[in-house]
Amino acid sequence: MTTLANTLSDSRVMLRRNLKHQLRYPSMTVMLIGLPIVLLLLFVYVFGGQLGAGLGAHQGRSTYLNYVVPGLLLITVASAVQGTSIMVAMDMTGGIIDRFRTMAIARASVLTGHVLGSLIQTLVAVAVLIGVAFGLGFRSAAGPLQWLAAMGIVALFAFALIWLAVALGLAAKSVETASNTPMILFLLLFLSSGFVATATMPTGLRQFAEYQPFTPVADTVRGLLNGVAIGDHAIAAIAWSIGIAVVAYLWAIRLYNRRRAAEPT
Amino acid sequence: MASLPAATGIVAQDVCKSFGDHLVLDKVSLAVEEGTILALLGPNGAGKTTMVRILSTLIPADSGSMRIAGHDVVADPDRVRAVIGVTGQFSAVDNLLTGAENLQLMADLRHLGREAGRRRVAELLEQFGLTDAAHRLLSTYSGGMRRRLDLAMTLVDQPRVIFLDEPTTGLDPRSRRTMWQIIRELATAGVTILLTTQYLDEADQLADRIAVLDQGRIVAEGTPAELKSHIPGGHVRLHFADPYLLHSASELLPAAAPDQDQLVLQVPADGTVDSLRGLLDELHEAGVSVERLTIHTPDLDDVFFAVTGSHVAVQLNEDPAPQGVPLS
Repeated sequence: MTTLANTLSDSRVMLRRNLKHQLRYPSMTVMLIGLPIVLLLLFVYVFGGQLGAGLGAHQGRSTYLNYVVPGLLLITVASAVQGTSIMVAMDMTGGIIDRFRTMAIARASVLTGHVLGSLIQTLVAVAVLIGVAFGLGFRSAAGPLQWLAAMGIVALFAFALIWLAVALGLAAKSVETASNTPMILFLLLFLSSGFVATATMPTGLRQFAEYQPFTPVADTVRGLLNGVAIGDHAIAAIAWSIGIAVVAYLWAIRLYNRRRAAEPT
Repeated sequence: MASLPAATGIVAQDVCKSFGDHLVLDKVSLAVEEGTILALLGPNGAGKTTMVRILSTLIPADSGSMRIAGHDVVADPDRVRAVIGVTGQFSAVDNLLTGAENLQLMADLRHLGREAGRRRVAELLEQFGLTDAAHRLLSTYSGGMRRRLDLAMTLVDQPRVIFLDEPTTGLDPRSRRTMWQIIRELATAGVTILLTTQYLDEADQLADRIAVLDQGRIVAEGTPAELKSHIPGGHVRLHFADPYLLHSASELLPAAAPDQDQLVLQVPADGTVDSLRGLLDELHEAGVSVERLTIHTPDLDDVFFAVTGSHVAVQLNEDPAPQGVPLS
């Protein structure tokens, strides 16, 4: 077999292993999918009345539902990549990673297995959330092309954050740390246009919110789904995603190759 | 692979490794002939695991040269990885998979092909007595079963060289014997094995040759019989009534090895009546009363204490016993 064929084969084997893990560890999978749904219900039924009124005269809960779905899609992504970070750290603190390292397998296949597995898990969670949102009365003005574009943006951003989560999982000394560090993503999401318009924020915070990656991604997805012009948000969203993916990928590979090289036994 | 020269086993020359200021391996050289078992014997922290990790391409050495089955570990790690199998000290199994899935994972990663892979998995499950548990998750496995599966995973692609890092640590006596049997069968089948252990009886039982590693240096090397021949009279075990007496006695006899838990002092002795009388007189004069004593003919324990306890090691190195082969 050629090197490329080996790499593909090894990555596929690792992906299958990763998907099996998700099925065998259902409590985490259910939690990662369930958390965004609980938050969706919370935002729509608890905060939604008042937040909706803030979107304009004669607006209410149903307007806010349409506003907040993109934010919840990003919560879904953040929640899923927290799982990635935990799974990677569990792998690295277990003994099996050393076995992989002593075998003539494509070195990065362990990581690509995690990335592809997490991407599939994220997209499933996103689909479930959209289904629930429709059940609650979410209505989209988007045609098939806009839907495709919106899902493409979500998937690309998820891909970038998954690599970041892989790096965080590799950098973590324990599974606990790996589960905590991705919490910063939730915080960033709350400090973006995901849940309220940045225009309502005080100046300093607003500036921060406008120049961090979650805002253009949320605005692009919202524009596409609600049939509103997206301006250059899409370019910013794609640029952020590619930038994060490249940096996180390089960081992750570096951590993976270095890991344990200096660890006394 | 068939074109490789035969009898290549494992050869390591002057391997050094430090972690920060701490020198873990100090010019360690060893050779394992093809189809034989070498036991790397040493206490915790001696550097055994580090040596295995270096030879199995997990971490780089600072200096030294190593060849495994004819391949250079530094220049050609992937060639080395293709012929070795490693069973580490901590179980390298996937806890979220079943036994059969773990083995299948290895077969897939070794690119055995669908049919050959399945056949090999079934074969190994049978050979390691795991057929009944094949489709159970590993969380239901006992320690012995996990260790057997761990080794079975190492053997999926029938490696020519195997590293076993403390393969029986933590196993009950019966699982241990099963493991020994499996290791012996592997050697009989022509596999080259480097195993590390802190159990002397394990080295005695399994190894063709033993290398004793202490504080990063090989302090003795030879067949079990050669090593034992250097400790002519075995030892005397002195049992004491309390820790104070043990303490006084061990101060009196610095070459001896105290065991605080059992209140026993193990004194190297040649087994003659005169030396025994001398020993007892010395203790009596110092007012140290001995509760009872037992006399042991030499076994590897004696070798171990002799070459890893600094006093005796120096004596042995400076004044090798007349019979047998020099130790280092």
